[in-house]
Amino acid sequence: MEELFAKPEIRKPENIVYKKTDLMVDRPLSYCPGCGHGTVHRILMEVIEEMDIQGDTIGVSPVGCSVLAYDFLDIDMLGAAHGRAPALATAIKRLWPHRFVFTYQGDGDLAAIGTAETIHACNRGENITIIFINNGIYGMTGGQMAPTTLPGMRSSTSPYGRDVLTMGYPLKMTELVAQLPGTHYVTRQSVHTPGNARKTKKAIRKAFDIQKEKKGVGWIEVVSNCNSGWKMTPVQANKWMEDNMFPFYPLGDIKVDGKLIEVAK
Amino acid sequence: MGELRLMKGNEAVAEAAIRAGCDGYFGYPITPQSEVMEYLMAEKPYDRTGMVVLQAESEVASINMIYGAAGTGKKVITSSSSPGISLMQEGISYMAGAELPAVIVNVVRGGPGLGTIQPSQADYFQAVKGGGHGDYKLIVLAPASVQEMCDHVKLGFDLAFKYRTPVMLLSDGAVGQMMEKVVLFDQIPRRTDEEVIAQCPWAATGKLKNRDHIIITSLDLDPAGQERVNLKLQAKYKKIEENEIMYEEIHCEDAEYLFVAFGLSARICQKATDLARAKGIKVGLFRPITLFPFPVQQIASTIKRVKGVLVVEMNAGQMIEDVKLSVGLNVKIEHFGRFGGIIPSPDEVVRALEQKIIGG
Repeated sequence: MEELFAKPEIRKPENIVYKKTDLMVDRPLSYCPGCGHGTVHRILMEVIEEMDIQGDTIGVSPVGCSVLAYDFLDIDMLGAAHGRAPALATAIKRLWPHRFVFTYQGDGDLAAIGTAETIHACNRGENITIIFINNGIYGMTGGQMAPTTLPGMRSSTSPYGRDVLTMGYPLKMTELVAQLPGTHYVTRQSVHTPGNARKTKKAIRKAFDIQKEKKGVGWIEVVSNCNSGWKMTPVQANKWMEDNMFPFYPLGDIKVDGKLIEVAK
Repeated sequence: MGELRLMKGNEAVAEAAIRAGCDGYFGYPITPQSEVMEYLMAEKPYDRTGMVVLQAESEVASINMIYGAAGTGKKVITSSSSPGISLMQEGISYMAGAELPAVIVNVVRGGPGLGTIQPSQADYFQAVKGGGHGDYKLIVLAPASVQEMCDHVKLGFDLAFKYRTPVMLLSDGAVGQMMEKVVLFDQIPRRTDEEVIAQCPWAATGKLKNRDHIIITSLDLDPAGQERVNLKLQAKYKKIEENEIMYEEIHCEDAEYLFVAFGLSARICQKATDLARAKGIKVGLFRPITLFPFPVQQIASTIKRVKGVLVVEMNAGQMIEDVKLSVGLNVKIEHFGRFGGIIPSPDEVVRALEQKIIGG
């Protein structure tokens, strides 16, 4: 199988410019081809490897597409009930203050059923990292409307498009938590191009670094695609994301060093 | 002999948690148990032992904080009252499934719904039969005094870690609020992080070089795997039934009639036993201390010797089902209950015995 991808004769240690982190468990991911989860998993594990904190990290996975994240990330992890990851992370960090603690959550988990746990963990200024994957849809349960589904966007429970008058508006959790004094670093990124993935990796590293400073929540929203839920090819989905998701969920830092970034009008 | 103090039951829970070497309390205020967190906050246990106390945003959050902390091997406790315990059922089910130890105190008030803030025993079914979704049991202890509120916290932690299962203290608003003298056990030191890692090799404490990564979860999507999880839990509950039954018998040796009651109702029946015996009625009291495991054989062998049984509960008849399941159908077993926050008087109980059992 490997021969399909590279000529054996050039596979020498001196020729290796990049390799998969050892902190990714060697097993097939459960994600759809083209999904952003796998990329975020990889760069998260690269950060943990580079910081040499594999033994000092405790992660909390959600309910949603990434419910099995703990099977792929070679660190100690707990699987939370739907939406409750920030509550678990709160207690773990309080009782293990020298451990690096993060939650990994989707939009349904974080912005619908877990809104209270999310906002209050942020408002208490817990010294944790929250990684929030926003693909505007419930992926695992089959493409239902999420709190982040765009106005007019079709889903299996908004088959004629999200009507904001009856179904409510998309919730911008990242802008919301940036207002709270308990958050120290709040950013929104994506992983759909190598450049964007590098920026996301830097953001995750920054959020882990501030855990050492005990200054409050580090928050990374990753706007991602869901090509199967959106009924598109991966390439179409990335294009649709750029054209539709990014205008509503603009990429970039929202709060740095505890200060909101001024946005030019 | 430990330190003697006059305390409320709720305060005794809090002080016992500190002394048991507990690592953390996570809770949300609700009457009639708010003294637990109030006492802890005033007592500054962080200065005494390093114990963390946190007021959560809801009972949903506090039980999930307990789940997270317990999954890392820490010794943690929460308390609430009936409506709050209902909110916690999701987390309790996850903890049973993931096999995590913790102590959960329910200072029961009358229901259903918002009910009342007065004492009740109407959460027996919820506590003993599972409560949340799925096939699981909690170890359920029924303290009947402030002394037992204290002692059962320590016992609860021991059982929770011995079997890796959540333990519930099913008390009520009266036992939580009343003041009695209590002998406090001596401080047990909190375990260091190194001790937690050594004693809880199953816990997610940070990956060690010499072992695989630990995953704390109740999920197994493979039906055969999930059946194995269930069989493992059932085997554990069987072992608990074989080893951990606790009960008390008062004046049962010569008894012709029997009260069966737990918690506060047993205290009332104790007085009722004295009143009845003063009238020449030979009645005894059987008090289950563990509601799960239920003392099936013990209760059956005592009931065999009497003419009739009155099960006294502050509910519409819940434990009576377990009493009836413990014995044959030819035994006269009736229920006497007051509910909605009414505490029956010992005289009422004696009258019920005379009308329903002796005269009936």
